[in-house]
Amino acid sequence: MNVLHVFGVFYRNIILIRRSIPKLFGLFGFITFELFLWGFVTLWLRNLAPQDEKLNFILLILSGLIFWHLFIRSQQSFSISFLEDVWSRNIINLFAAPVKLSELVAGFALISIVQGLLAFFYISTVAFFIYALNIWSLGLYIIPFFMNVLIFGWALGLVTIGLIIRLGPSADILAFFIPFLLLPFSAVYYPITVFPPFLQKLTLILPTRHLFEGMRTVITEGIIPIDSLFWASALNLVYLFLGFLFFYWMLRTARKKGYISRLTHD
Amino acid sequence: MQTILQVDNLTKQFNGFTAVNRVSFEVRAGEIVGLLGPNGAGKTTIIQMLLTLLSPTEGSIEVFGKNLEHHREELLSQMNFAAPYSTLPYNLTPKENLTVFSFLYGVSNQEKKAEFLLREFNLTALTNEKTGRLSSGEQMRLVLAKAFVNNPKLLLLDEPTTSIDPAIARELRSKIHKFMRQNGGAILWTSHNMREIETMSDRIIFLSRGKIVADDTPQNLKKRFQEEDLEEIFINIARGSLNKST
Repeated sequence: MNVLHVFGVFYRNIILIRRSIPKLFGLFGFITFELFLWGFVTLWLRNLAPQDEKLNFILLILSGLIFWHLFIRSQQSFSISFLEDVWSRNIINLFAAPVKLSELVAGFALISIVQGLLAFFYISTVAFFIYALNIWSLGLYIIPFFMNVLIFGWALGLVTIGLIIRLGPSADILAFFIPFLLLPFSAVYYPITVFPPFLQKLTLILPTRHLFEGMRTVITEGIIPIDSLFWASALNLVYLFLGFLFFYWMLRTARKKGYISRLTHD
Repeated sequence: MQTILQVDNLTKQFNGFTAVNRVSFEVRAGEIVGLLGPNGAGKTTIIQMLLTLLSPTEGSIEVFGKNLEHHREELLSQMNFAAPYSTLPYNLTPKENLTVFSFLYGVSNQEKKAEFLLREFNLTALTNEKTGRLSSGEQMRLVLAKAFVNNPKLLLLDEPTTSIDPAIARELRSKIHKFMRQNGGAILWTSHNMREIETMSDRIIFLSRGKIVADDTPQNLKKRFQEEDLEEIFINIARGSLNKST
């Protein structure tokens, strides 16, 4: 793997984020307003059930919000980095450069890690000062949780890019839409016990479901659920591999059928 | 002279339509080869196969004697291309764009390289402007500067002077010529500007409906087709009224 190629992919996107106010707003603004929204809902819920001291609504719901946002960041870092080259008609220059597929993916992953860390530290600090939320009370669970959320975002990002290559630039809405398909079934804000039994079984295939259930176990019981982490990690490895295969397959099909040049003028 | 590019029986079909039909040619070191033909003749399809953006249905492409499909990254690092339909990111400055592509082509001293190319292509005054704010001529100069970021041994140019005024086009042609002579590389050049092709090319390949109908020096082509200039040959090919194929 050529480090210069990976850095080139990374550098191109970091310049954009550093300079663009709308992009900075995308990174820090949306989550701030979401934090206000869910923060107030959480305060109201806490007032409704003050007698139950075991429940820490703020930690339960806002931790879910912060990590869900991290997942969206991760998926969008991939797909929007790619879309930037589609929108600026640079995609032919990119694919004609001597960059391996693995180097392209590594560059996107690096962007996603940096954006994820920036957004995570920012929002956990804001949540601490406004709602006295200490996300670090999740302890060591934060590290594997953070990594797993990122990796599932990468897998979904690769699928999104593959679909954009196949369907053309007009499918760019998928980059924003796809994560929300998983939100209701990932048990981000509520436990899986609210699902009907068949859905509880069906959602076992989602790493996010295991991760957010695990997060609640840490908050409510104070123990790290090894089985949740194991299933999330194992599923993530499979999905990352499948995501890469799908991306590779779509690119191969695109080279056969001429979809790459269509990306510049569809 | 060393063969830089060898294309054998190159064919590309899309859903039964043959865009490029058993095309074979070679480009040697130091040569500038013009690829001419009417719209839909298959010029851009050939360029895209040479850039690995399209995979051939049949045939092979060798660069420096190595199969392009099997040595993609190694060979692409010695090639580059420019076309008006493939612009650089509009929200980066020219210097940033050239720096990014220096990284992508594995070039060291990226910033110095970018500054050198900005000077060579008279873009220094626009170093910190956003690329999207440049005129189409300035953008094309930047695209051409990017094409020299890795000192390519094989340069593919797809109608590079289309959106440029004649004075700048002439200046760019001379720069391209100078750069390639210094590098000892070769150029495959498509254009609709007959005078440009005639001035620049050592050899011209005429394409029609995906097939090569002529491959010779500009002087020999004019003699063979008994025409005063290349434009007449081109028009006859476009009308399909050329009977004297090679």
